[in-house]
Amino acid sequence: MKPSMKKIFHTLFALTAVSAAAFSAPQTFDFKDPKGVNNAVFTLDAPLEAITGSASGISGTVEFDPSDPGVAKGKIVVAASSLHVPNPTMKEHLHGGQWLDVAKHGEITFEAKTLKNVKTSGDTTTADVIGTLTIKGVTKEVIAPVKLTYLKDKLGQRVPNLKGDLLVIRANFSIKRSDYGINPGAPVDKVSDTIELKLSIAGASPRS
Amino acid sequence: MTLVKRMLQILALVAALGAAGFWLAAGANRGWTKTSVPVKTLDEVLGIEGITYEKRFVPGLDFLGAAMLGAGALAGLSLLFRNKRNQMTK
Repeated sequence: MKPSMKKIFHTLFALTAVSAAAFSAPQTFDFKDPKGVNNAVFTLDAPLEAITGSASGISGTVEFDPSDPGVAKGKIVVAASSLHVPNPTMKEHLHGGQWLDVAKHGEITFEAKTLKNVKTSGDTTTADVIGTLTIKGVTKEVIAPVKLTYLKDKLGQRVPNLKGDLLVIRANFSIKRSDYGINPGAPVDKVSDTIELKLSIAGASPRS
Repeated sequence: MTLVKRMLQILALVAALGAAGFWLAAGANRGWTKTSVPVKTLDEVLGIEGITYEKRFVPGLDFLGAAMLGAGALAGLSLLFRNKRNQMTK
């Protein structure tokens, strides 16, 4: 082989290796949605009263590899002050010291560490995410069923002149209010100890 | 019956009926009073329902209860005023 040909082959090999690595590398999805669609709905269904509200101040990043969805991990942050219920007095109590104490604990975080029971069909992956949920300064391990939908090249449909992919995450799970010190003394017939959470969020991974 | 007594009783009736009518017209909400209501909008690309809150006053049972208590208080207050006939017979 001529030296020049050898050099071309080496360059081609290096380029192929680099591009292959680039394609298999996990993408980082940013969950700060400019359109404010991301939300987490919470429901406390007690025998005497049902309380439903939602949180909109969602941010965080998730690393997701479309070719290997099972290795996704990341951190989702919910601004505690964004939790809203339609009754103003109830909202004041919810944000207050006995309940969430948002002045002291401004963030509710979920850190996804591993995925188990991963099943992928097309662009959709279902799994059980194992991670840690921190509310009011109390961190507990949580296992929640999660559905990840990878929307390749769909970012442009939401944000014009921007190319990239979207990742939609849906998760429904429940936690115990008393586990996180959220007014554990409150009567459970009025305020349920079980908090049902429904997370519907989307992250963007722009490409230049 | 004194004018004040009659006025208080009419006011109590108007307050009770008005509050009940307003509560019924606003959807007979059997929960707490709301000052905002959720509005859901579907994001076509993501398939996610976004939630925004629209400022709207929706009276609840607490509003109705407070209005009935107020009306009851007005009616009770009216009892402090003597009837004209009673005053004349004394």
